[in-house]
Amino acid sequence: MNYPALKIEHLYFRYPGQEDMLFSDLNLEISAGERFGLFGPNGAGKTTLINLMTGLLSCESGNIWLYGNPIKSKDKVVNKLFGFVPQDFSFYQELSPVENLEFFGAWSGLDKKEIKKRTDELMDIMGLQAVKNKPVEKFSEGMKRRVNLAIGIIHNPRILFLDEPTVGVDVQTRHGIIGYLKELNKNGTTLIYTSHQLSEAEELCKKIAFINKGKIIACDDIETLLADNKEKGLEELFLNLTGKDFRNQ
Amino acid sequence: MKLWATIKKDLRLLLRDKVGIILMFGMPVILVVVVTGIQNNTFELLNKNKIALVVCNKDTGAAARQFLQAIDKIGMFNIVPVPAGKSETEIKDHMRAKKILIGIVVPSDFSVQMDVKAKSTAARALSSFGLPGDSLKVSAGNNNSPVTLYYAPVLQESYKLSIEGSLNSALQMVESGEVLKCLYFSINEKPLPDTLEQDMLSSNMKIKEEPLMMGGNKIIPNASQHNVPAWTIFAMFFVVMSLGGSVVQEKLNGSFIRLKTLPTNYYVALLSKQITYLGVTILQAMIIFAIGICVFPLIGLPILHLPSDLIALFLVTLICGWCAVSYAICVGVFARTREQANGFGAISIVILAIIGGLMVPGFAMSGSFQAIMKISPLHWCLEAYYALFLEGGKLKDVLINIIPLLLITILIQLLIFIGLKKKKLI
Repeated sequence: MNYPALKIEHLYFRYPGQEDMLFSDLNLEISAGERFGLFGPNGAGKTTLINLMTGLLSCESGNIWLYGNPIKSKDKVVNKLFGFVPQDFSFYQELSPVENLEFFGAWSGLDKKEIKKRTDELMDIMGLQAVKNKPVEKFSEGMKRRVNLAIGIIHNPRILFLDEPTVGVDVQTRHGIIGYLKELNKNGTTLIYTSHQLSEAEELCKKIAFINKGKIIACDDIETLLADNKEKGLEELFLNLTGKDFRNQ
Repeated sequence: MKLWATIKKDLRLLLRDKVGIILMFGMPVILVVVVTGIQNNTFELLNKNKIALVVCNKDTGAAARQFLQAIDKIGMFNIVPVPAGKSETEIKDHMRAKKILIGIVVPSDFSVQMDVKAKSTAARALSSFGLPGDSLKVSAGNNNSPVTLYYAPVLQESYKLSIEGSLNSALQMVESGEVLKCLYFSINEKPLPDTLEQDMLSSNMKIKEEPLMMGGNKIIPNASQHNVPAWTIFAMFFVVMSLGGSVVQEKLNGSFIRLKTLPTNYYVALLSKQITYLGVTILQAMIIFAIGICVFPLIGLPILHLPSDLIALFLVTLICGWCAVSYAICVGVFARTREQANGFGAISIVILAIIGGLMVPGFAMSGSFQAIMKISPLHWCLEAYYALFLEGGKLKDVLINIIPLLLITILIQLLIFIGLKKKKLI
């Protein structure tokens, strides 16, 4: 049976102590093999939605499935399905890339041989072979981003969640990361991506959703959205849909 | 595989935390050497060196001479004489200048007073036997000058009392001798022979000293046997400075978010930290014990004697270490920042050490503090170590201390679980 990579049905969520729901009856479906972008202004709920999709937060009601499996925290089957690249550096800065991958690879359920093989591959792909045994704390921002990404994909996940994976990096690193993500997608990995950089979204994503104040206000292929709204670029479309006011989170 | 990878990760992080290593290994080693050295000096001052005693004898009589001989015979004092003509202020100045803590002034009528008192006592004794004692009756004056004891206010009350007791016993000896001489003379009309006086005044009953040891062990308690176990426990609990902070840092930095999305339970991380740091605490104990055995004799401190029951020593060290590690993790779980963990961790360990009897002996504490002492895990660790190091106990002798320690450790583990659940970390 062909399941969508991700399916959200009637999702309700609010943070403890919050009176109003952040998400009320939210529904979303992302097909397998998709390159999907989630965009919205600050405080729109992008990171919260990613955290719900990855089981870091629990919803008040509703359901989230990954390839037909209901999302539950620390569920071995579900956790092996996806990889997560958070916006913050999520590794041990005192350790080298190899040491980080050895640890996170083991926690992802890989054996020693697989970890070694994947580490070698990823160090080549990420251009970190020369510094693979040096502590990450001495790395530049862009190098750290590559380590962050490598850890998220060490176990070859079927879905990869990326929360602003290119923030604060130079053009070369951004180009390299986007190129590799496309490569991953070609090999069957579904990408679910959030960012503020709409130009990057146009380059990477086929389909996008705009989220504002906890609601999905538009969701379709980029070409269709631009055509329907008679806009030339995503930035104009974004401002048209979400307004020009400053957002205070 | 997961546990081993996590232990490797924790070991690597630990080895790269230079400040943590200095705090966990360097600081306790310095503490144990310094405190043992200072306490050993005090111990030798009180037990081996004679106490300097300034003596100003204003009397030329025989009783005053006998009194000073009796003081000398006690063997506790090193008499520093000052001329009889010195005034009170001059004697005090002399004590201050020589840094002598005690001095006595024997009044000029000391021998006369002794004579009067002895005759009066002998007369009462003779009349109670129905013998004539009228010839000895002397009216005792009321304006007698006392023997004056000068002491530095820094002197501990117990120390001052023991000196007073020794001087009183010397005084008593002279007085008893004078009474005996009077009685003997009244009955036999000739002086008391010296040998008989010696026989009558010296005690034939000997005091045999025996430390309270278990199982016939003969370890002599000294500053090393007292301090090394105490500061080893302190060092073990001080892992809170590295481990508590490490737990907080893991919670605060992004790595924890990723760990939550991986198919492995956080208990693996906690188990790894417990194993890694338990190894650290055992290594700390081994290093400090080795210093007590190998380095202490080289720097003039008494050698540390390990207990005869090494299995019991290992078991007690293991359980003390586990309790210390559990406490550190608990602090890390509840603290919100590394500063909170370090600050609270350090202060709480010092407080637990104080109420646990590491810094002030438990027997010197008041009743309420003796009750509070029992909530400190360090108290049970110390009791178990002292049973092994000072009393020569075996495993069966320390069970009474190990069981409460295990119960406290289980309680701390329960608190860790509640903390993790409450903070939604598991």
